[in-house]
Amino acid sequence: MHSGIVSPQGVWWKDAGKAEKLWVTIAFIWCIILFLAMPFWHIVGGQNTTGVRGTTDPMAFMERTNRFVTEFQVGEEKGIPVVAPPAGSHVYMLGRAYQWYPILKLKAGSTYTLHLSSLDFNHGFAVFPINLNFQVVPGYDYALTITPNQAGEYKIMCNEFCGIGHHLMVGKVIVEP
Amino acid sequence: MSSIAANWLNRSCPVTGLKVDKHAEWLIRVNAVVAVLAFTTGLVGAIMLALTRWQAVHLLPADWYYRMVTAHGLNMLVFFIIFFEMAALYFAGPILLNSRLVGPKLGWVAFVLMVLGTLMVEYTVFTGQADVMFTSYPPLKAHPYYYLGLIIFAVGALLVVTLFFASIIVAKKENTYQGSVPLVTFGAITAAIIAVITILHGAIILIPTLLWSFGLIPMDAEIYRLIFWGFGHSSQQINVSAQVAIWYLMGGLTMGGVVLNEKVSRGAFLLYILFISMASAHHLLVDPGFGPAWKIVNTSYFMYLAVLASLIHGFTVPAGMEVGARLQGYTNGLFEWLQKAPWSDPGFSATFLSLIIFGFLGGVTGVVIGTEQINIIAHNTLRIPGHFHTTVVGGTALCFMGATYYVVPLLFRKQILGMALARIQPYIFALGITIVGTSMIVAGLFGAPRRHYDIAFTEAPFQVEFPAAVDLALTFVGIGGIIAFTGGLIYVLVVVASVFLGPAYDDAAAKSGKASVPQGLLKLPPQVHDKELHDAPGSLVLAFVLLAVFAVYYFTNWKILSMIWKVG
Repeated sequence: MHSGIVSPQGVWWKDAGKAEKLWVTIAFIWCIILFLAMPFWHIVGGQNTTGVRGTTDPMAFMERTNRFVTEFQVGEEKGIPVVAPPAGSHVYMLGRAYQWYPILKLKAGSTYTLHLSSLDFNHGFAVFPINLNFQVVPGYDYALTITPNQAGEYKIMCNEFCGIGHHLMVGKVIVEP
Repeated sequence: MSSIAANWLNRSCPVTGLKVDKHAEWLIRVNAVVAVLAFTTGLVGAIMLALTRWQAVHLLPADWYYRMVTAHGLNMLVFFIIFFEMAALYFAGPILLNSRLVGPKLGWVAFVLMVLGTLMVEYTVFTGQADVMFTSYPPLKAHPYYYLGLIIFAVGALLVVTLFFASIIVAKKENTYQGSVPLVTFGAITAAIIAVITILHGAIILIPTLLWSFGLIPMDAEIYRLIFWGFGHSSQQINVSAQVAIWYLMGGLTMGGVVLNEKVSRGAFLLYILFISMASAHHLLVDPGFGPAWKIVNTSYFMYLAVLASLIHGFTVPAGMEVGARLQGYTNGLFEWLQKAPWSDPGFSATFLSLIIFGFLGGVTGVVIGTEQINIIAHNTLRIPGHFHTTVVGGTALCFMGATYYVVPLLFRKQILGMALARIQPYIFALGITIVGTSMIVAGLFGAPRRHYDIAFTEAPFQVEFPAAVDLALTFVGIGGIIAFTGGLIYVLVVVASVFLGPAYDDAAAKSGKASVPQGLLKLPPQVHDKELHDAPGSLVLAFVLLAVFAVYYFTNWKILSMIWKVG
């Protein structure tokens, strides 16, 4: 036998030892489990990344968001409209430096289609405290079906660097019982 | 033929008997020096960032915090590591193969290009013209010199890789070695092939981005992310391959570790080449541009075959050390080989600690956050830097540090000044970075974002009140940062002092057996054995412990995921 700095002579294509065979087999089985877990969760799990995905024009998305705000606005907080859409509807959340627009008021246990996009840079849609994170990319509309399972006041942080005011970008989703 | 080669070669290494090409030797030296300079720059950034994220200290103002995130990332992830890897290629090619370096002048051209590119990037970053992070996602825009600097750097690196391949071919033609290339060189070839894949991705995305920064063409934000990560993540796979090659190298030099089976280890390297560039998907799992089938196939490197490769090396590297030690007579029980290992040799301690940190922390956490759905509770939280500080820093950088203590005597021909400090340095650094990494992961599990100036949100319109555990974890990021910084500083001081002030390590010093160099150089352990042995029960136990930790952490994450809002 020799170390890794020695040139092997002759035919080195030899059968592996028992320990190596055992480990490679078990490691391979583990890898297959890791692989199958993902499609399996698409079938039985409640948290997936599928959504409805498409391209969009940032200005068009903003206009759509504004129409949504006009239609369902119920109040205002810190200059940001609070919007209460009916259960089952399409809701819109626009990221822009450095604001999440608008504030959403949802019902626990109801399902919504949440459209995420950005007016300018990449942003990170990060829901506190449940630690649910999605990437928000300008020019792309990510429509995710969401079902908030607990009432409460959730904060939306931005977790993709979007400029000097990145750490000031906090929005809100209110979930009512 | 051999006389032509002989003109290029000026001496043999007194320890290993390998011939040393003087151009390769000098290129290793200068690349290593620049690597250490970049490391020092990144290190200063590191301590400032750690002391800013420690909310009670909050050292930097916001603009300098983000600027230093950019500078720290580029210096550590790109400049330090790639310059070091260039040195490793010159070593694994011409020197390990006893051959000459092909095109030494081009080697110098490449070095100048890489330094020039580095300086352009450093200039734009530190003058505030490239506050775009290491990732530089458009539409965030940097000064064109930033992209140009990266392109020039990459061209230089590509040239070095080309010279490495050329040297290997010439070595074969000139019969400078018999049989197949050594495993360490095979690993370096793997790293070099992945480097080509990486640099091509870089060219495909950085050249259009440069044009975009001049306002000449439009840029799609999502396509940039896709191809950028073909560059950004693949570059980390160069590190993994180089690091595994150095694990094998140091295992041999420090304790006479052997190669259990050439077929298995080389096959595992091959898996890296085949599947590694798919890792771009790790960064796009919660992106709007890609569907679940694409995400699953790519994030898993097509059924986790590159993970399998790492799991294989994770066993064969310690098992090779174990078998080597058993062949030398350390046969008692499961772990005598480990007890009697040269723990006071910084080359060994750095290698073994790197193996443990990379496997148990970096590897396990990486696979878990790279699972399509689990990424929902990990994306862009502090779990991400927690992962890569335990792979790239606790794994790769630490292992490179260990190798440096051998590079200085072998190639700079200097003894180590401050051997006592060098002996404890890997332990200090490993401790510090382990605290930093695990604390980041803990904070990230609560959703604390990465690359974020102020999670107290003092000036934000709405307050986000993280639990006290997050505050504590960030305090530990600061404390761990101070410890790791100390370890990094000792490394820089010892290396710089040895290179410039250290006593010469000439043939006389080498033969005296009293030189101030790591133990493996004083008495090189046997590199060849007549006997064959394939049992490594101690390493098998370690491997199964790893698997158990892996499984527990993995399924815990699925459990946590299942408790949040339904989304899909």
